[in-house]
Amino acid sequence: MSFDPVSDDNERRRAIPLFDGGLATRGFALNAMCFSFNEKANREAFLADEEAYCAKFDLTAEQRDAVARRDVLAMLDAGGNVYYLAKLAGIFGLGVQDLGALQTGMSVDEFKAMLVRWADEIPAGARVKEAV
Amino acid sequence: MAKIIGGYFTSHVPGIGGAIMRGDQETPYWKPFFEGYPPIQQWLAEAKPDVAVVFSNDHGLNFFLDKMPTFAVGAAPQYDNADEGWGLPVYKSFEGHPALSWHVIDALVRDEFDITTCQKMLVDHAVSIPFELVYPGVESWPIKLVPISINTVQYPLPSPKRCLALGRAVHRALMSWGGDERVLICGTGGLSHQLDGPRAGFMNPDYDMFCLDNLAANPDALTGHSAEQVAELAGTQGVEILNWIAARGAMGDVAMTEVSRNYHIPISNTAAASVLLEPA
Ligand SMILES: [Fe+2]
Repeated sequence: MSFDPVSDDNERRRAIPLFDGGLATRGFALNAMCFSFNEKANREAFLADEEAYCAKFDLTAEQRDAVARRDVLAMLDAGGNVYYLAKLAGIFGLGVQDLGALQTGMSVDEFKAMLVRWADEIPAGARVKEAV
Repeated sequence: MAKIIGGYFTSHVPGIGGAIMRGDQETPYWKPFFEGYPPIQQWLAEAKPDVAVVFSNDHGLNFFLDKMPTFAVGAAPQYDNADEGWGLPVYKSFEGHPALSWHVIDALVRDEFDITTCQKMLVDHAVSIPFELVYPGVESWPIKLVPISINTVQYPLPSPKRCLALGRAVHRALMSWGGDERVLICGTGGLSHQLDGPRAGFMNPDYDMFCLDNLAANPDALTGHSAEQVAELAGTQGVEILNWIAARGAMGDVAMTEVSRNYHIPISNTAAASVLLEPA
């Protein structure tokens, strides 16, 4: 069988997963709500009455449940995109390391230590500063 | 004909804005990152660009999924930043250069790049933070802005090959411009990082080095992958390297001197880098 770059990339979209038309369609309502959190008044309205605010954006049952449980992986499964979800996380005072910990099952400290350890993977002799 | 005086490439992680706000530049965590910038600041102080053509991606401030342009060029007299929802200060506005923007837009469409044009465009941390890093503490930006936004959010993304070609078309546009502005080309974002999913926290120093080592002399080497392959290699947000690839194209196919390079792991969840190239 010959190599097909399109199905190869489609396989990659499913495996990683990547936010493509399928996820973007499924996640539209959830992402629309998160996009609204660019405005402070909307963040406050969410905090004042989460149920009513979610209803206003017609979240699916799956999305509403994921938000209620603060379950980031479930929000992603429901089509949430991390750039928009970050705005929801901000309401709860969660940064990207908190999100990383929640998604990987590590503690925040373990997650931060894992980030630092990537420095060990810099190849020997790699030029991390300009040539002098 | 505009004069392209250099190319400035940098990560744009929101956490950098937090560090600047707190004054953390000299702390052990941040120092190895911030020390990449004084050489660029000094170079800019002498080179005095008039205009910055900036390739970056929006993170859900200006564009939503209802309308998601693959490539969008700003043609506004002014570009404001705004609240992005997670606590960064609102950054200074940029003055635009509508005449140059419309020239670039005309030239790109003639060149068969069917871009979206934006007479109103908010710019997010991906534009503001790079300039906070190199013009710290200025009252107003000393450069005008021509912003070019590349979709790195919703697949299908443009391929690295297409982004390099877009950049090269922008270069041709700048070469046919009637003014004599001194232009700085910028590409922001990256390098390797992934915020979402079970692989959150992923980085790839090998791929980052491949990009850094080929950026100046052989940018075509970066176009051998599809956008999906880049996401696999660099992480889901590491695809922001597309902005660097387009910016390198806009510098033109001439030899480059690497004036400055800094690569550091980690800044927030990201392998961070800054590079300054100057036509040799
Ligand atoms: Fe980014």
